[in-house]
Order: sequence, then structure tokens, then C-alpha cells
Amino acid sequence: MTSQITGQFDSVTARSQWIEISQETLALTRRLFIQLVRRPSTLIAGILQPLIWLLLFGALFSKAPEGLIPGGTSYGSFLGAGVIVFTAFSGALNAGLPVMFDREFGFLNRLLVAPLRSRSSIIFSSVIYMTSISLIQSFAIMVTAALIGYGWPGLSGLSIVIVTLLLLVFSVTALSLGLAFTLPGHIELIAVIFVANLPLLFASTALAPLSFMPIWLGWLASLNPLTFAIEPIRAAYSGPLDLNAVLINAPYGAVNGYGCLSVLMALSFGLFFLISPMLNRKLA
Amino acid sequence: MDVFGVESLIQMIELRGLEKSFGSIQALFGLDLSIPRGCLYGLLGPNGAGKTSTIRIITTLLAPDSGSVVVNGVDALKEPCIVRNQLGYVAQEVAIDKILTGRELLELQADLYHLSQSKKIERITFMIQRLDMDSWIDRRCGTYSGGMRRRLDLAAGLLHEPELLVLDEPTVGLDLESRKIVWELLRELKSKGITILLSSHYLEEIEIMADRMAILDRGRVIAEGTPDQLKDELGGDHVTLRVREFSDEKESMQVRDVLDNIDGVKQIVVNRSQGFSLNLVVEGETVLPKLREELTKADFPIFALSQSRPSLDDVYLQATGMTLMDAELAIAGQRDSKLEAKKGMR
Ligand SMILES: Nc1ncnc2c1ncn2[C@@H]1O[C@H](COP(=O)(O)OP(=O)(O)O)[C@@H](O)[C@H]1O
Ligand SMILES: [Mg+2]
Repeated sequence: MTSQITGQFDSVTARSQWIEISQETLALTRRLFIQLVRRPSTLIAGILQPLIWLLLFGALFSKAPEGLIPGGTSYGSFLGAGVIVFTAFSGALNAGLPVMFDREFGFLNRLLVAPLRSRSSIIFSSVIYMTSISLIQSFAIMVTAALIGYGWPGLSGLSIVIVTLLLLVFSVTALSLGLAFTLPGHIELIAVIFVANLPLLFASTALAPLSFMPIWLGWLASLNPLTFAIEPIRAAYSGPLDLNAVLINAPYGAVNGYGCLSVLMALSFGLFFLISPMLNRKLA
Repeated sequence: MDVFGVESLIQMIELRGLEKSFGSIQALFGLDLSIPRGCLYGLLGPNGAGKTSTIRIITTLLAPDSGSVVVNGVDALKEPCIVRNQLGYVAQEVAIDKILTGRELLELQADLYHLSQSKKIERITFMIQRLDMDSWIDRRCGTYSGGMRRRLDLAAGLLHEPELLVLDEPTVGLDLESRKIVWELLRELKSKGITILLSSHYLEEIEIMADRMAILDRGRVIAEGTPDQLKDELGGDHVTLRVREFSDEKESMQVRDVLDNIDGVKQIVVNRSQGFSLNLVVEGETVLPKLREELTKADFPIFALSQSRPSLDDVYLQATGMTLMDAELAIAGQRDSKLEAKKGMR
């Protein structure tokens, strides 16, 4: 159909296409936020849980010998970045659940029978929603960490937190939605989430630096996407942020700040372009 | 534009040779159907006949294994999005979000169909009035009765003023008030030239409302036409005969052989599910006395004999050897709706 249409017309339709995609996306996002406001318990739990992590883990290692962590930071401020990233990660990993319930209750049919410009709107709305929640959670974590005396990453730190979380949440949300459309039901999805969650935490630098790990775990941790999100934030906490500085001394070589962000960026785009056409095909 | 020729000027929906299987269960066996523009078309059939599968294919929710689907001149398998723009769909199972209010659901729906802000407000206000939802539209959907949900769903399906409205068993489980409102609305829509396709396993509903109809049975169209045509095609009056209250197969076969030789008896069906009663189509005034005479001669008693104008149920019975109600009962225990929901999940 579009083949005979002139270039000028094409740009008009492209413009209206983006208007329509944002209309769909906003409407779907609005629904998620209405649900959140009317059922705030998940958000409250989602804010409290990382704070408890921070307090308990921080306390657990509060008498650790000075200089345990390379660079001379306290374990508490070392931990902050790990908790922020892990919280965002597990939140995003759960993003597929509401979609799975929509499938199971048939609400998804309402979306599928509608002339959506792009079914990526479903992904976009979940990403906007999850990112907002992660930012709220991270902010709560950072304020608490500051109050306990673990420090404050400063303005550049804040911006790196936002960029990193956006990339991480985007890729993990896309992955979770991909699972929500391929797995048979919510039981299976919960099982996958359950199995993926903690191992990814332990096989990352969230709780301990690479130098503490045996070689094999060091390999895993320096391939783990969580590590690429944790280290830039951690660097922001430990002083003026320099993305050119080496942040990960991986067994395969050194990775600097830009390297970390590039990996996350590649992951986001890779997963999006893998999963988005899959949604459209699966749902055609 | 119109690659499907003149046919698509006349027909809103053209289905050809639809086949669909779910695993080992075949739901549709080469189903053909043409639904003219501007008509209220009824799809009648017992549970399991394939109504929902057919409707889900038309509404682009389900892809057939083979066959063609043309809706409003557009190939629904190639251009599903164009088709989605033009049709409103009211599903058999109403899917609502319990946490949203009815109004919020309508707003969501309006945005999914890309209505402009002003159009959105105008249409939502109109539908709320038209379906008399004012007093409860701002309550959460979780508190709605079945009738309210169905009305909300109908409003949602009509929000973007589609040319074609597809409803799957719209009046199942409705209270009288809601049922009346729904029917009135459908009549009004029809008078505005909107094509309506609705499925039902209620005979009366289809008989009264539909301009044209098809009877579906086990994934095939077994009869098609206006309700009157279908009844007339039976060609005569309908007679139910029981030689005794509960007969057996052997006896009813013997009776059938006797009746077969009588002039004016056009068709005989043994109704296994009704104590082997016999259902005949007869023509002419003299048939009934003749029939009594022959039966007496052959030494058969007569427990009951009645003659009536044919109903749609007779049409169904004549085609399948079962009444619609019995077909319904026969399938009732066999379907695992939970499993189907899971397998049919998108
Ligand atoms: N998702 C499904 N999984 C397995 N079987 C199904 C599914 N959907 C329908 N069927 C089967 O296909 C046949 C037709 O079903 P359906 O189209 O729902 O009929 P109707 O709407 O007339 O009751 C039935 O035998 C039913 O059990
Ligand atoms: Mg059905």
C-alpha cells in the first residue's frame, strides 16, 4: 500500500505514526500507574525491602577491617550501588507478570484486537513504568544511605544512576516481556524469575568486589550485566566520576566507564530488536 | 484498491475454506460464509460448533490453518491492522480490569483506537448515555454485575464507530434490563447501516433478530439463509411422532419403514436423544389421517402425534438428528474451558 505513496505523504504518516504510538503508550502507562496508586502495597514493599537490605548488610559488615574493600571505602557505601542495581533489576524482571496476567485473564485480547500502531507500545509502557518505579526506589535508597553516612554520589552521580538504570531496566523489562509472551503461564514465569534472581545477584559485584572471587566466579561476574550497571554507580559514589577510568578489571581485560555503558546499551538494543518483532509475530 | 471484485461491494465478510485445529481437535472443517453489508447476521450453533473460533478468526485474534478471510474488502490475514480499525468486537468472556473504573477503561480503549481528545470525550459521553451507564460508570469494574460488564464492553466495542460489530454470545447471562438495552441498541445500529454479526446458541434470539443466519455444526455451515427461508426449505409442516413414551431403536426403524411409503412424507429423522421419537416433514392436509391409518394397520400404538409450523430447532434437528438443546448437553461435559483458555492464550 505504502509503495505508491509519495515521500511527502510518507513523512506525514511517519509523524502521525509516532503520535499514535505515543498515544497508545501513554494510555497503557496510565493504566499501570492507576493500578499502582490503587494498590500501593507493592510499591511500599518495593521501597522498604532494599532499605532493609542496606541496613542489615551494612550492619553485618560494619566491623569489617579497614581497607577490606579496595580503595578504602566502607562496606556500606560499597554496598549502596549493588542494592540500587539489584532492586531495579528484580523489579524489571517482574515486569512481565502483569502482562502474563493480562494474557491469562483475556485482557490482552482487548489490546490485540485494537489497531495498535506498534505492539512495542506494550514494551514501552512497561519500561516507562518500571523505570519510574526504579528511580523512586533508588532515590529512597540513596537518601537512606546518605543519612546513615554512606555518602552521596553528587549530581554527576545522580545522572549516571539515571542513565544506567534506564538501560538496565529497558533490557531486563524487554526480556521479561519476551518471557511473558513465550512461557505457558504465570507459574512458569515466576519459576524463571525465582531461578534467575539470586544467582545473578551473587555472581555479580553487588556484594563483593571481583578481587574477592575465585577465578571462575570472577569470569561470571565480569560477564554479568549487573556488574556493568553496578560499577559506574559505585564509581560515582567513591569520588568525581571519570568514565574513562577503568572500572572493571575483568579476567579478559580492563573495562572503563564508557565500556560499561556501551555493554548495557548493546544489551538494550539487542534485546529490544530480538523481542519486539517476536511480539508482533507471536501476536499477529 | 478493491482486489476482491464486486463481491466485496455486497459482502462485508467473506470466509472461504477455513480450517482450524487445536492440537488433535479440529474445530473448523472448510467453513464458508458470506455476510452481506448492513445486515444483522446470526451464527447459530450448539456449544463447540466453532462459533467462537470463526469469530476470533474474523477479528484477527486467531490465524486459520488454511482458508481466506476478507473483511470489508481487505484480506484480514495480510492486513490485520486495517481490519482491526474497522471492526468492533465484544468477546464471549468480557475482559475488564477490575481496578479501573468503567470510564477509565473507555478512555484506554479510545486511546488504543487513536481517537482525538475531543472525539474521545464526545463518544464516551454519548455511549455512557446511550447504554444508561451514568450511575455506575465511575465505580471500579470489579464491582460490576455481568450485565453491567457486558454493557461496558459493548460501549468499548462501539467507541470508534466501527462499520462492523462482532458479538460473541452477547446476551448469555444477562439480566432482563441489560438484555433489552442491548437488543434496542443493536436494532438502532442496524438501522444506521452497520453490519452486525452475532453468535448465539439461543434459537429465539436469532429467529427474532437476524436478517440472515447460518447454522454451524461441528465446524461446518449446515444451513444458511433468512430464518424464514430455512424453515421453508424444510418444505412443509413438522410432525413429531411417538409410538410409545420410550421406544427403542429397532421399533422406531420399523415405524420409519412404514411411514416411508406414505405419500407426502418428505423426510424422517429418528431423534435418538428423545426416546427415539420420529420427526417428519410432511406436505399436504391428508398426510396425518393417512399416517394414523397406516400405523394402526401395522399394529403400532400412537403415544403422541403433533403437527406444527417448523421452528429453527426443527431445521437443526433435520440437519443433524439432534435438537440444539441435546447437542448442547452432549458437549457440556466434554470441554475443559480452563485448558482451552490456556491453550488459546495469546
Ligand atoms: N483453545 C482451544 N484449545 C483446544 N480446543 C479448543 C480451543 N478453542 C476451541 N477448541 C475446541 O474447538 C471446538 C470449537 O470451539 P468454539 O469455536 O469455541 O465453539 P463455540 O464457540 O461454538 O462453542 C470445540 O470442540 C472446542 O473444544
Ligand atoms: Mg463460543
